[in-house]
Amino acid sequence: MNLDELAERCGEWLKGSGPESDIVMSSRIRLARNLADYPFIRRCTEQDRAKILRTLRDRILNSQELPNVSYVDVAALAPVDRQFLVERQLISRELSESEGSRGVLIDAEEKFSVMINEEDHVRIQVMSSGLALQSAWEQINRIDDLIEQKVTYAFHERLGYLTACPTNVGTGMRVSVMLHLPALVITKQIDKVFRSLQKISLAVRGLYGEGSQAMGDFYQISNQITLGRREDELIRQVSEVVPVMIDYERRAREFLIKQSQKDLHDRVSRAYGILCTAQTISSEETMMLLSSVRMGVNLGLIEDVAIPTINQLFIHTQPAHLQKIRGMELDTADRNVERAHYLQRQLRPRKADDGTEKN
Amino acid sequence: MPMKCLNCEKPATFHITELTGEQPQELHLCEECARSYLMQAEDKSDAGAPTLAGVLAQQLKLGQTAQELAKLDQRACPVCGITFYEFRQQGRLGCPHDYVSFEKELEPLLVNIHGDHAHVGKRPKRVAQSTDRRTELIRLRREMEKAVAKEDYERASQLRDQIRAFEEKEEGH
Ligand SMILES: [Zn+2]
Ligand SMILES: [Zn+2]
Repeated sequence: MNLDELAERCGEWLKGSGPESDIVMSSRIRLARNLADYPFIRRCTEQDRAKILRTLRDRILNSQELPNVSYVDVAALAPVDRQFLVERQLISRELSESEGSRGVLIDAEEKFSVMINEEDHVRIQVMSSGLALQSAWEQINRIDDLIEQKVTYAFHERLGYLTACPTNVGTGMRVSVMLHLPALVITKQIDKVFRSLQKISLAVRGLYGEGSQAMGDFYQISNQITLGRREDELIRQVSEVVPVMIDYERRAREFLIKQSQKDLHDRVSRAYGILCTAQTISSEETMMLLSSVRMGVNLGLIEDVAIPTINQLFIHTQPAHLQKIRGMELDTADRNVERAHYLQRQLRPRKADDGTEKN
Repeated sequence: MPMKCLNCEKPATFHITELTGEQPQELHLCEECARSYLMQAEDKSDAGAPTLAGVLAQQLKLGQTAQELAKLDQRACPVCGITFYEFRQQGRLGCPHDYVSFEKELEPLLVNIHGDHAHVGKRPKRVAQSTDRRTELIRLRREMEKAVAKEDYERASQLRDQIRAFEEKEEGH
């Protein structure tokens, strides 16, 4: 797989289509699996890791039913390429930063990826645009069965699929949706909403988030429990809370418009103006402003830019993406300049000569 | 006279053994102070997924004496060799057999995290029964590595044959 080509493109899940995609950015499901006859990753020798990697990689690459899958040897990648795959959400930070034999299989349309030798031997993930958990489940269930045809998963009569961390045992399944909630952030209701989610054992995390302030007002909601409930029940639990969140966010947006349409219009227009004209801009500021613009477009306050363009900019203005697109290593100061130019190229032509778009 | 809480004047009804410092330390607290103390300990551990480290610490503090815990910490899985202490420190198990080796200790932990103790979801299509038998291969390979490290090549080749026989039997299964 050529990562440079991948950098210019955009994954299926960023298309901005699918149900409720103005607020639901993407849906994801991941399954954790382990081979029955190897230790869990932390206690594997390098020899074990190499054998696990080979077994699983060959199994997937040789499957007729999984065409258009490419293998990437993560251990052999330069740091910027590993970071690129993390920004793209095709691998986890843990896989990027660990040591020893490890890899990822990536679907050409980026609809799914399979990480090998992450926290568990196998981590399958399926992602799609908008709210589409049922189809994601059907797809991941099929991939899981295809792999299992040739390998024996660690399984326990009573506990189900066995995982390195007891928090994943049972189904090994994490169901998540990424929500864009700028109005709940502006109206300061976000914490209140999330506290109520935690009471029903759902986890909330910010995008790329370590801190509490989610980047670009994106929040991921996922199940915490993996044992004692069926897969369809876990999906239903997350699915049921999404319309409630959407409703809260829509009401917060209506409130902002009613309170002062002019202020809101001003806020999103200024954000758009800065993105179109800045000469140097940090990643954090870009995310914050893109979030305002995204809401502005969805509310019809900004008309000359499309949602898929904005979605893609959230990913393409990340540090490793900028460096891949530019084709060279850049330090922070240079990246901030490159980011500003990239934003101008993506946003301004459409504004200047609407219709006669040129590169 | 009953022991008094370290923080206030109420009688101490909770006796917590704090293990995170250099020396195990006994803390005597009333119910209210104990609760806020344990909540604090949980907050300090990994935010986001608060459960594992916090729950385990809390469970062990309330359930065991220092001696019982020291003994438990030394117990090791016969297949991969991980000790309970290592699991406690890292929050990750060593091999699938640990769910059998430490079944009794993991049970309350699982109930605490998941509110349940039995899987009801999907089962593998092909091998839908316990695969614990196959962890014997992990043990044999580990033995073999030890033999090679000690340059006991006779023992190593015996083990290699055993591994091969086991694998063939499993494939034919
Ligand atoms: Zn007290
Ligand atoms: Zn073990």
